[in-house]
Amino acid sequence: MSVYAILFYAIAVFILASTAIAVTRRHLVHAAVFLALSFFGSAMLFYLLGAPLLAMLEVIVYVGAIMVLFLFVIMMVEVKGKDSGVLTRGQQAAAALLGIVYVAAAVMLVRAAAAGGNAALQAAVAEPAVFGEYLFRQHWLSIEIASFLLLIALMGVLHLGRDIRRRQTGKENAS
Amino acid sequence: MIVPYSHILLLSALLFVLGMLCAVTRRNLIMVLLGLEIMLNAGAVAFVGAALRWQQIEGQTMVIFILAVAAAEVSIGLALIVFAYRRTGSLDPQSIKDLFSTERP
Repeated sequence: MSVYAILFYAIAVFILASTAIAVTRRHLVHAAVFLALSFFGSAMLFYLLGAPLLAMLEVIVYVGAIMVLFLFVIMMVEVKGKDSGVLTRGQQAAAALLGIVYVAAAVMLVRAAAAGGNAALQAAVAEPAVFGEYLFRQHWLSIEIASFLLLIALMGVLHLGRDIRRRQTGKENAS
Repeated sequence: MIVPYSHILLLSALLFVLGMLCAVTRRNLIMVLLGLEIMLNAGAVAFVGAALRWQQIEGQTMVIFILAVAAAEVSIGLALIVFAYRRTGSLDPQSIKDLFSTERP
């Protein structure tokens, strides 16, 4: 087992553990922080799998933007009362059954895929410059569409936020 | 030499299941959105592994689009959550549904 393989398994355990902790936390802030840790692990994994640019983007976008946005909203809404994360008995049984089916299907699929060739992957690195040039040569239209999507998201969020404020001031004026 | 591709797929599948568990079982809209993020991230892991498996840079470009979609999705989702919270004062999907349905005659 090479150093890369040991690194992969260590990172995989790290990601799965931090994600599992995040999923089961009652406190939202704890969940968000553990999930940020999990995304750091994913960034390390991307670097190991030969995608340094994606590793940096994962840290910048997921940890730097998305999780911070989550933290802002969590602190804004200050949830009080119960977080009834429990399922009823029937739902638990159904979820366990479906989970077992899903895991069995996944194991069978992975076995079938492994039958084709179980050779360890060769390490390779996509240089950021090469990757960026490929991206903007081959996928410039998709990049534009993605940026348009982000613009639409921005407009939608602005609309939702403005609507609330106007309605609230309208209520205050009425009362 | 790194691990076989099937191990990367298995890691991705386990991450996806964790995210789905979070999205399905938690009674809190923010946790549901976190579960969606975990699932998108699991897909990204599978794509990067596939890019290495077939030595195609195409897989890595897909992750860029996953990032863009995740950013758009989370901003819209959180804005909707804040909107619903201000209207109803709750983050429970069921109670928000009830409150919105009783609001209109």
